[in-house]
Amino acid sequence: MTASQPAIRVRDLVKRYPGRPPVEAVRGLSLEVQRGECFGLLGPNGAGKTTTIEILEGLLAPTSGSVEVLGLRWATDERRLREQIGISLQETRLSDKLTVGETIRLFRSFYAAGIDPEEALAMVGLEAKSRSRVDAISGGERQRLAVATAIVGWPELLFLDEPTTGLDPQSRRQIWDLVERCRACGHTVLLTTHFMDEAERLCDRLAIIDTGTIIALGTPAELVASFGVATLDDLFLKLAGRRLTESGWAETLLADPPGRSADAERPASGDAS
Amino acid sequence: MSTAQQPAVTAPPPAVRRGGYSPFWELVRSRLLEFCREPEVVFWVYGFPVLMVVSLGIAYRERDVPKPRVEVVAGPATVSDAEALARPGSGVVAAVSARAAALEHLRTGRADLVVERDEPVLEGDASASAAIRYHFDPSRPESVLARDRARDALERAAGRRDLLAVEDVPQTAPGSRYIDFLIPGLMGLSLMGGGLWGVGFVAVEMRVRKLLKRFLATPMRRWQFLLSIMVSRMLFMIPEMLLLVCFSRWAFGVRIFGSPWAVAALVLLGAVCFAGIGLLVASRTKTLEAVNGILNLIMLPMWMASGVFFPRERYPEALQPLLRAMPLTALVDALRAVMLEGASLAACWPEVATLVAWGAVTFALALRIFRWV
Repeated sequence: MTASQPAIRVRDLVKRYPGRPPVEAVRGLSLEVQRGECFGLLGPNGAGKTTTIEILEGLLAPTSGSVEVLGLRWATDERRLREQIGISLQETRLSDKLTVGETIRLFRSFYAAGIDPEEALAMVGLEAKSRSRVDAISGGERQRLAVATAIVGWPELLFLDEPTTGLDPQSRRQIWDLVERCRACGHTVLLTTHFMDEAERLCDRLAIIDTGTIIALGTPAELVASFGVATLDDLFLKLAGRRLTESGWAETLLADPPGRSADAERPASGDAS
Repeated sequence: MSTAQQPAVTAPPPAVRRGGYSPFWELVRSRLLEFCREPEVVFWVYGFPVLMVVSLGIAYRERDVPKPRVEVVAGPATVSDAEALARPGSGVVAAVSARAAALEHLRTGRADLVVERDEPVLEGDASASAAIRYHFDPSRPESVLARDRARDALERAAGRRDLLAVEDVPQTAPGSRYIDFLIPGLMGLSLMGGGLWGVGFVAVEMRVRKLLKRFLATPMRRWQFLLSIMVSRMLFMIPEMLLLVCFSRWAFGVRIFGSPWAVAALVLLGAVCFAGIGLLVASRTKTLEAVNGILNLIMLPMWMASGVFFPRERYPEALQPLLRAMPLTALVDALRAVMLEGASLAACWPEVATLVAWGAVTFALALRIFRWV
């Protein structure tokens, strides 16, 4: 692993879910994320964000295409990669009967090196909840705990899949501070989000994904300028609105890959507020 | 929303330390904590087997066969007959009833025998002493017993003498009672339930919660995770087995005739074997409903046919090889041989081999096909 290599390099990524008809969740996606960058994946529900991020995380095998993470490949360097990346999945129900402190300690034990479990809790504002059971804390606190489990190994590369969906403003703020702190330490962050303000504030660069391909890529300012709109919100609505008039949009919503139904239940563009 | 740029967070990077934790023991510790914090699970694992011992032990406790109930039809000889039957040592309980009522009681099972004496043909003619009619149900053991006892009592009252000297020697030594037979069976049953639910159900639940997927996304070693589930199951099992053995000894005087170490070895082998089966069931199952159904499907035949509650010899001879191949049968047979007959572990080698085979094959297969997501 050399520092000159990008944190993530993806070429012609394709993911097809078997079925009748087969669903192509990702269709020929190429992407490079530089080290130390905070990179955002945006897109409507069912656009292929989670499929893409799970392939990068080594949890799903791509149908075709090449994936390099931190200059390594999943097929040959899985153990080294796992030590260097941290992941927060879109939905995980951690053990209800363990306390917050016990949960974070368990995750810390999986990593050869990492930060103090109490410090990881402090970074997401949960230090006072260390002795509470997971089933006794709020949904927002649980989500922050999930993020804490992702950073307790102090990873070189952090994946956050919709880390702030459903959070109150204060909890969102804590996640944002955490992302900024990771970035300030020179770590790479890749996150997916629906929130334009979040993307604008946190991300150095953004990729807008729809129907499994990147339809726009650049810094928030570049994207706003090149599409002739006032804000990212407008850009997103413009892109999504264009798709609405084409058959592809409806097809994307219907062809939500299996196991992602929770994604489809949320309003498609209303959360871009 | 405003996106005013704020100064970057200036907190210093946190201290990164190496090591200090054992992932395997952290996993075991987490399982133990989760287990202890589920009161209902603790009841099923520890309370239920003891309740079963208590209820079955009381239901089948040592006591004399209940005295059958005899009714004498009201008539001229009623009084002497009833007196003869009521004498201590007759072994029956006697009452006097009208003929129709007595026969009705016999038919409905409230009486086991009706004794009826025909009217003498001539008053005072002793030689024409009336015949005795016994109304009984030949399909009911207590009815047959009542007939033999009543006949014996009435014959003695009429002057019959025993020709041979008789001595009764009751046998109620520990080791030969139903409770002694039952305890090894319940130990096996407990190991089966604990292994299948404690490993199979728990693993599927973690998959449904996507906790397995989350663990997979860390550097955690998969074998450590699977081993931790097995080892924590072994740890729950130790108090469970001690409780059964000690309680049955304290309450019913059940003794272990063979080596306690041989019993411990069989218990461990049984626990590993059922944990392997549980893991195999869990390896591909995606929903809690499915794992529930599969586990019940596996356990039901063994509940019935492995000889836990009654000897499996009651099933046809042709089925016996099949029954012997079931893991619970092998475990219970071996436990009984060691606990009741004092057999050595080596003498139980066919059962031990059966358990080892089940455990090894299911565990190896489960490791091969286990799905994490």
